[in-house]
Amino acid sequence: METVIFALFAALALVSAIVVVTHKSPVYSTLALVLTLFSTAVLYVLLGAPFVGALQILVYAGAIVVLFLFVIMLLNIQKEEEAHAGFGAQTWTAILGAAIFLGMMGLIFWRSGSPAAAPLTPESVALKPLAAQLFTTYLLPFEIVGLLLLVAVIGATVAARKPGEELGHIGEHEYVSGEEPRTDPLKSGSDPHQPSVAEPAYSSQREAS
Amino acid sequence: MSPELIAILAKYAVMFAVLINVAPIMNWVERRACAYIQDRPGPNRVGPLGLFQPVADALKFMFKEDVTPSAADKPLYLMAPALALLPAFTTFVVIPFGPDITVAGRAVRLMVADVDTGVLVFLALSSLSVYSLVMAGYASNNKFSLLGSIRASAQLISYELALTIAVLAVIIPVGSFNLADVVAYQRAHVWNFLPQIIGFLVFLIASFAETNRLPFDLPEAESELVAGFHTEYGSMRFALFFQAEYTNMAALSALGVTLYFGGWSLPWIEFPHNLLGGVLGLLTLLAKIGICMAVFVWIRWTFPRFRYDQLMRLGWKVLLPLAILNLILVAAMTLAGWL
Repeated sequence: METVIFALFAALALVSAIVVVTHKSPVYSTLALVLTLFSTAVLYVLLGAPFVGALQILVYAGAIVVLFLFVIMLLNIQKEEEAHAGFGAQTWTAILGAAIFLGMMGLIFWRSGSPAAAPLTPESVALKPLAAQLFTTYLLPFEIVGLLLLVAVIGATVAARKPGEELGHIGEHEYVSGEEPRTDPLKSGSDPHQPSVAEPAYSSQREAS
Repeated sequence: MSPELIAILAKYAVMFAVLINVAPIMNWVERRACAYIQDRPGPNRVGPLGLFQPVADALKFMFKEDVTPSAADKPLYLMAPALALLPAFTTFVVIPFGPDITVAGRAVRLMVADVDTGVLVFLALSSLSVYSLVMAGYASNNKFSLLGSIRASAQLISYELALTIAVLAVIIPVGSFNLADVVAYQRAHVWNFLPQIIGFLVFLIASFAETNRLPFDLPEAESELVAGFHTEYGSMRFALFFQAEYTNMAALSALGVTLYFGGWSLPWIEFPHNLLGGVLGLLTLLAKIGICMAVFVWIRWTFPRFRYDQLMRLGWKVLLPLAILNLILVAAMTLAGWL
């Protein structure tokens, strides 16, 4: 029973992950990403970590990917533009990332001898011991991660504000445009919330005609 | 099949039998109640008091022509209504619906999935319900549908935060994510809505937004968006969205009742630990859910719709700070030993 579920969801995770990177339509890619996250959450549950599985769905599938979809639909991206031919910076970055990942996996296997050297026990992943570890042994890394997230939030808010606008006015009238950085070339001029310098001339021209 | 599997299937069958009937019954209640509130008779022709109206509606849905817009994104368009039902019918598994009972010499716990992370499973599964709305709006290839689903995604994320933080505050004094423990705690102390009245109000308001009910039905908003995300859906596909809405309402009511109003239990009354006790527990839970659903209907036909920016301001600037305040208050009270 468990093997069947594992095989099913492992296959589902792999196939949907391939769809994420290969599909032309960004909406389908994003929905496939949801499926990938859901399948890996099922695998976490099978590994005896239901807490991680539930959080994975709650945070990633339920909130972050919804924001991806939100932005894609708001910008109305229909089809991905043709990929650049040959090796661009993106390809090299991808190869570098894959190499680092393989190196880390290799290091883990090499150090532990076998992939299942230290299997997780229900006791080690139960909620209370997990929380106790997090708030005692690993308190400093935990707080640092929290600080990092706070810095990221403040950074995003600063990046989203209009040049020359006081920070206090952010979010008073614009709830939607705050999610995209101001410098995004896709949005300049086309976003009704962020009128560019050229726009008044354009609209008066349209009214005249 | 092992006895455990049979027990799980039997318990899910009970839940499913209840859930599948929520939409037709609520359809009748909603229409009669709105007619009463607006001082008109409402549907009263089919059967006594119009009670067979849902049957007539169901037949109508089934025999209507099934139209798919030619410009629609076929796979997503067909998948969306089915996916709408999935979270609605699965979140129920972590809700306890009776005391621990003994049937044929076996101890049975009356919840489908007795897991440590019960509340989190509920929140995780219900957070997936936004995808069917988004898929429906995108796949219909209609600007009203797209606007509706963009609103839905922003609204659901905003209100989910407040809802989750309000729920977390309940968990602090209980010390367990398992909803059976939440009920046990309330039987030993008082119902949670008394000490956590702020959290309960935040939960109540956020659950209206989560189920897209008036005054927060911006994804549908028939006065501006035709029918919002399901504009292009007809016949049985529309009926599935309809059913998902009512089942979601029932699921969130069940969670609210379990978190704040003692779930299946009644104060000062001990149900017997046999099949009769199980039935009594289930009936108590259903009665409480019914009261919640009546409140949903009552509020829908009493309040006007919010404007979109008002909705966002309420979510982020009022409900979220209130939820965090409640969390801090409850944590402090727990630390002081008052809860």
